[in-house]
Amino acid sequence: MPEKNDHTNSEPTGDAIIEIMDMHKWFGEFHVLQDVNLTVQKKERIVICGPSGSGKSTLIRCINRLEEHQRGRIIVDGIELTNDIKNIEKIRAEVGMVFQHFNLFPHLTIVENLTLGPIWVRKIPKKEAEETAMYYLEKVHIAEQAKKYPGQLSGGQQQRVAIARSLCMAPKVMLFDEPTSALDPEMIKEVLDVMIELAQEGMTMIVVTHEMGFAKSVAHRVLFMDYGQIVEGNTPQEFFENPQHERTKLFLSQIL
Amino acid sequence: MNAEIERQPEEEIKPPVASVGVIGWIRANLFSSWFNSILTLITLYVLWKTVPPFFRWAVIDSNWFSTAEVCRGSEGACWSIIPANIRFILFGFFPYESQWRPLVAMILLVALLFYSRDRKHWKKSLAYAWVIGLVVMGLLMKGGILGLASVETTQWGGLPLTLMLSVFGLTAAYPLGVILALGRQSKMPAVKTLCIIYIEMIRGVPLITLLFMSSVVFPLFLPEGMTVNVILRAQAAIIMFTAAYIAEVVRGGLQGMSKGQYEAAESMGLNYYQTMRLVILPQALKIVIPPTVSQLISALKDTSLVVIIALYDLLKTTQSVLSDPAWMAFSSEAYIFVALIYFLCCYFMSSYSRRLEKELDTGL
Ligand SMILES: Nc1ncnc2c1ncn2[C@@H]1O[C@H](COP(=O)(O)OP(=O)(O)OP(=O)(O)O)[C@@H](O)[C@H]1O
Ligand SMILES: [Mg+2]
Repeated sequence: MPEKNDHTNSEPTGDAIIEIMDMHKWFGEFHVLQDVNLTVQKKERIVICGPSGSGKSTLIRCINRLEEHQRGRIIVDGIELTNDIKNIEKIRAEVGMVFQHFNLFPHLTIVENLTLGPIWVRKIPKKEAEETAMYYLEKVHIAEQAKKYPGQLSGGQQQRVAIARSLCMAPKVMLFDEPTSALDPEMIKEVLDVMIELAQEGMTMIVVTHEMGFAKSVAHRVLFMDYGQIVEGNTPQEFFENPQHERTKLFLSQIL
Repeated sequence: MNAEIERQPEEEIKPPVASVGVIGWIRANLFSSWFNSILTLITLYVLWKTVPPFFRWAVIDSNWFSTAEVCRGSEGACWSIIPANIRFILFGFFPYESQWRPLVAMILLVALLFYSRDRKHWKKSLAYAWVIGLVVMGLLMKGGILGLASVETTQWGGLPLTLMLSVFGLTAAYPLGVILALGRQSKMPAVKTLCIIYIEMIRGVPLITLLFMSSVVFPLFLPEGMTVNVILRAQAAIIMFTAAYIAEVVRGGLQGMSKGQYEAAESMGLNYYQTMRLVILPQALKIVIPPTVSQLISALKDTSLVVIIALYDLLKTTQSVLSDPAWMAFSSEAYIFVALIYFLCCYFMSSYSRRLEKELDTGL
């Protein structure tokens, strides 16, 4: 493992929390994910990159069943993803997801956005849920906006609220699908900073992003996807300095 | 975070004043081009030709509490037709000495509606108030208890009937329409097909036909000796009809929702029912407030069609008054009066919908 920020308790533990085995997915005739194998350990941080249309979003959306896979197995936190809707809801409660376009609920205030899941899924009393919400809003440096509506916030602020909203569910894994690519450059940093803090606390994270600086400083592993396959995965150092495959080299030469 | 740097403006700059004075306003709005000037002049001429004569007829020369004979000798409007027949217009064939009962029921209904306007009052206690209110209204209308004389539903009529058909019709049709819209979007093929068939069948048939079917065809299917009250049947027809239209309006709102909202809700573990109730419907229903209210308003006006199955609603009682030879000549006055009542109801609905829209506006 590469040496990370001095936190010793933010290193992978060795026990798998996500196991994806021989997984295939089709959109109609289109074979979007081909034989994906991936094991993610607790507290591991994985960055996925790859060209547009390579299936990065589809892969992480399979992990919380926003997309259904057709072959192979996905096991999250000991539960296999099948058509059993109860299991799916259980897994979704444990897996937080942050979207490119934030997807906050515009008819609810920021606090209400944050307490919705805890109150209705976790059955936590409203008062307690609100306290937790305020705690996480402070963590993402936005507590003073608690009573506003999402439409009154900037993109960067909305994305930080979205992260806090996921955290309020006390998830075991966080999935990020290009969390900064809809943001203006000056707002990217404020979101990445929050994600780095999260990393330091030992959150298990799978991040689809093109922010290579983030990958270098935070990831334990960087995966490169192309045409629905994981072409290669390595420590950031190896990945960037010594890519194994031609396609990876080509991709890196284009974005770096 | 550095995004929220406070910026203090050096000095307050006022927004520019849009127009200066009355003259400025007139020039800018009425005579801004030769075409607008001509339109303005034509409009003024038409107003000059119509408003003063109408005013003379309706106000200056009008009679308010005279007999029909006096009216016939006069040039002006005969508003006397209203006070002279008000009790029949409002209450129809409801027993004369008991007409305070529908009056109280109506006042109770309107009071409850007004109280419910404010969203701050939407609590459990309000639901209880409605339940109690409805029971009291029912008792007042039906009687047969607490020393109140029993009144057959065939004697119900006038404004209480119209209000009842509208208020219950609309409040029942709305949730039913929402359920139908959700059903039409359902992933379960059986539910979906049923909802589509229902909606398309109802929308393919005029309300008059439905009313006829409810009063003529439906009883044929009932077992021997069993009858369902004719008002109830009309009410059911109105609900079924309105619900189908509401369903299509709501479907439009549901389709306007982005996939991201469903995904955000689902990805935190909310189930279908919670996702719809807490995330999707509040937004979708808000988007479709204007077309929904249009539907409800037209449903309210359509209640006047129940005359064709021999129910004496507000419009029909008014027409009955006009069949009296003494008052026959004053149909304009009577119809203007009824129109005003309908207008008031519809106007309150649309102004309330505007207010709701404003209250629910969250800037996105
Ligand atoms: N619902 C869908 N139906 C059909 N095809 C789809 C669907 N969603 C995605 N695809 C296709 O699957 C492929 C992979 O999509 P995906 O969104 O996973 O790519 P991505 O790697 O996330 O790309 P990007 O970097 O542009 O987000 C694309 O070719 C896309 O057109
Ligand atoms: Mg994507």
